[in-house]
Amino acid sequence: MRSLLEVNDIGLYCPQADVYIDPWRRAERALITHAHSDHARQGHGLYMAHKHSEGILKHRLGNIRLENVEYGQKIYMNGVEISFHPAGHILGSAQVRLEYKGEVVVVSGDYKITPDGVSAPFEPVKCHTFITESTFGLPIYDWKPDRTEFDALQRWWKHNAEEGICSVVFGYSLGKAQRILRNLDLTQGPVYAHGAIIEIHKAMAHTGIEFPECLPVDKSIPKENFRKALVIAPPAADTENWLRQFVPFKTAVCSGWMALRGTRRRQNAHKGFAISDHADWKGLLYAIESSEAGNILITHGYSDTLARYLREKGMQAEVLNTLYTGDAANENTEADETVH
Amino acid sequence: MKRFTDLLSELDSETSVNAKTASLVRYFGEAGDADALWAIALFSGRRPKRTVSASLLRAWAAEASELPLWLFEECYHVVGDLAETIAAVLPSPLQQEEISLETAMDLLREMAGRSEEERKEKILGIWQNIPSDQRFTFNKLLTGGFRMGVSEKLIVKALARHTGLEENLISHRLMGNWDPYTSRLADLLFSENENDHISRPYPFYLAYALEETEQEPGPLHEWQIEYKWDGIRGQIIRRQGHTFIWTRGEELVNDKYPELMQMAENLPDGTVLDGEIVAFRDGRVLPFQQLQKRIGRKNVSKKMLGDIPVAYIAYDQLEHQHTDIREMSLEQRRQRLEGTVRDIAPLSAHILLSEITEVNRWEDLKVLRENCREIQAEGLMLKWKAGSYKTGRKRGEWWKWKLDPMQADAVMIYAQSGHGRRANLYTDLTFAVWDGDRLVPFAKAYSGLTDAELKTVDAFIKQNTIEKFGPVRSVKAEMVFEIAFEGISYSPRHKSGIAVRFPRIVRIRYDKKASEANTLEDLRKLIS
Ligand SMILES: [Zn+2]
Repeated sequence: MRSLLEVNDIGLYCPQADVYIDPWRRAERALITHAHSDHARQGHGLYMAHKHSEGILKHRLGNIRLENVEYGQKIYMNGVEISFHPAGHILGSAQVRLEYKGEVVVVSGDYKITPDGVSAPFEPVKCHTFITESTFGLPIYDWKPDRTEFDALQRWWKHNAEEGICSVVFGYSLGKAQRILRNLDLTQGPVYAHGAIIEIHKAMAHTGIEFPECLPVDKSIPKENFRKALVIAPPAADTENWLRQFVPFKTAVCSGWMALRGTRRRQNAHKGFAISDHADWKGLLYAIESSEAGNILITHGYSDTLARYLREKGMQAEVLNTLYTGDAANENTEADETVH
Repeated sequence: MKRFTDLLSELDSETSVNAKTASLVRYFGEAGDADALWAIALFSGRRPKRTVSASLLRAWAAEASELPLWLFEECYHVVGDLAETIAAVLPSPLQQEEISLETAMDLLREMAGRSEEERKEKILGIWQNIPSDQRFTFNKLLTGGFRMGVSEKLIVKALARHTGLEENLISHRLMGNWDPYTSRLADLLFSENENDHISRPYPFYLAYALEETEQEPGPLHEWQIEYKWDGIRGQIIRRQGHTFIWTRGEELVNDKYPELMQMAENLPDGTVLDGEIVAFRDGRVLPFQQLQKRIGRKNVSKKMLGDIPVAYIAYDQLEHQHTDIREMSLEQRRQRLEGTVRDIAPLSAHILLSEITEVNRWEDLKVLRENCREIQAEGLMLKWKAGSYKTGRKRGEWWKWKLDPMQADAVMIYAQSGHGRRANLYTDLTFAVWDGDRLVPFAKAYSGLTDAELKTVDAFIKQNTIEKFGPVRSVKAEMVFEIAFEGISYSPRHKSGIAVRFPRIVRIRYDKKASEANTLEDLRKLIS
């Protein structure tokens, strides 16, 4: 019997349904787990994604053929039952469940376990085969509670503001920026956002989910206005040229990689806050365990390590090579969505 | 340890010297004398011997966190720091006990006499009972190596602000091998009784580089002109029947130069000399590479003593008949020095007086400099005869005028493995200089080291990897190299803003700390 899911040159493929999941090359039909650019690429014939991804997908990919799906809604393709389930990664992110003749496969996409107040919280889905990411698949990645890190970020901003120094915080414009806005006490001072983030918010307006308004950064704004301000920007904006307008300023980076001192230092930022949209080690183990899957396939991240660990625990686990990034080898290219 | 942990995280996140100094001043004010003293000791490398080996710590941490050892090792590889790895993988603590830095250090000392089982129980207990953010601090105490971008200079500055004492007084009093377990901060900083500290060297006076383009610094007859020898700067102290030989890297090297120890026995009590330790045979100074063979050895063999004898070329005297004479003019000090060396030279072949060259014209000086290479000198020294002996690097009275090619002392920060025969060795090294408090890469070099040196460097890289990305590793900024290059120009394409031509490694500067590497500003000055 053919397996329900396989990997070929184009991507993760379900032959029975003739559909790809997050394909990295042009495909006729693509199920999209979420709108980050390493998962939702250009050029597919038909996209199917959770309805909250629509705005971002169209914003990023232009006028694509897109079918919106609700969480839990069942779609049938040549006898394969397909459904999307919350992955808790970013707004509209989903795990994709495929069932055929009693066999169930779940593709996690990117996910995190703890609710972030923005995206629908992760729901474990029982299956026979669980295909999981492993971006932070080492025990050293052990996230502190969100509150702890956001409180620290708030204190950092407050401290800077008291000294009349602008606080510039870098985080991905899709996901991290919204969490920052949701979790900080914004009455503390003016909040500015890089144009890319403002665009993202416009693109998300259709979801009905609202984010606190932030002022757009503009070259014409007098420096004085930034003295007590928080400026949120995507990592790509971290250039001397762009930062110049905020002098004097301090920078911080919000990313899971910031859990390590070495990475914090290499970032050249003053502060690092380990806030991630991916599951930490315990989160990965939790998702794997609650899937009750007998077969675990591990994609992008510390896949070898996690696979070996699971095998030693008596589980059937293997590495599945994909072209999704968020790879540990290039620490800081956490699947960003560049907005053009 | 909470206060100290906070200090570490402040130092970690601050990049400006001012902010770091302010953090230290606050710490000294709030931590209490005992913990303040420990912070000074730890930052200046005066940590007690390890009482638990790294491999035991790894095994215990893996056990406590219920991880297979291989997985712990993998984590360690990614983190690059044992203390941090352990702190990251341990399960949440059961209690939030607060112990002072002093208590923690006492605990470590007690550990020395204990059995392995007892030590394990003690350490696992501490891991379980202190707040998780302090585990990193505690582990750092266990594993040693506090490299927090805190230079001795920074500590001195902060202490000066904290105590109101003068900086050079503090740097003097902090030098030498005082033991933090038995010393008290007040005694160390405020004691006028020098007898307790007979080993204490004076801070070195360092010369500025004189560029060729620079104007003659004054009438040449006001200047004492000497050769700049290619060796190790050293201070020889003879007090109360004891000898201490200190290098500029603040290393006590008595064991390494027995012939100098013997020579110094003949020095009158209450004498401190400043000079250069050089490899010296048959009346000639040998290349630095020869001396380096002795630096690298833990024990100096008889054969080594015969093959590579050393001599001390004395060029200044700082203490004469128990009196600090640094305030005297160079001319007066030179008189004392000549007397001292004259009296002792017949008794030992291992001391020489730095020769003074009389030159009247600037052009003659240039000729003299060109000849330096032949006699293994690095260049010339110009010292103002009327000047006192200052502390640290001060502009105006001591100039060094080095030979071309241009060179810089730089810190290795990245390494990449080589190809072919050297595929397993990290041979392609990236070097950085200081830009304020940051190290910016400015040159990549892979030639100039011997195979044996390459192996040493390779071992250092593997043990001090911070992170791996593909074939490249970032390494702890510790090792200083002298890099020579043929040309230098501005380059907007490079992160440092400058580009150098044909960079090559001249040698490893074991005598230099990373903080003593050159700055970007130094390099910019080389651009004509
Ligand atoms: Zn993603």
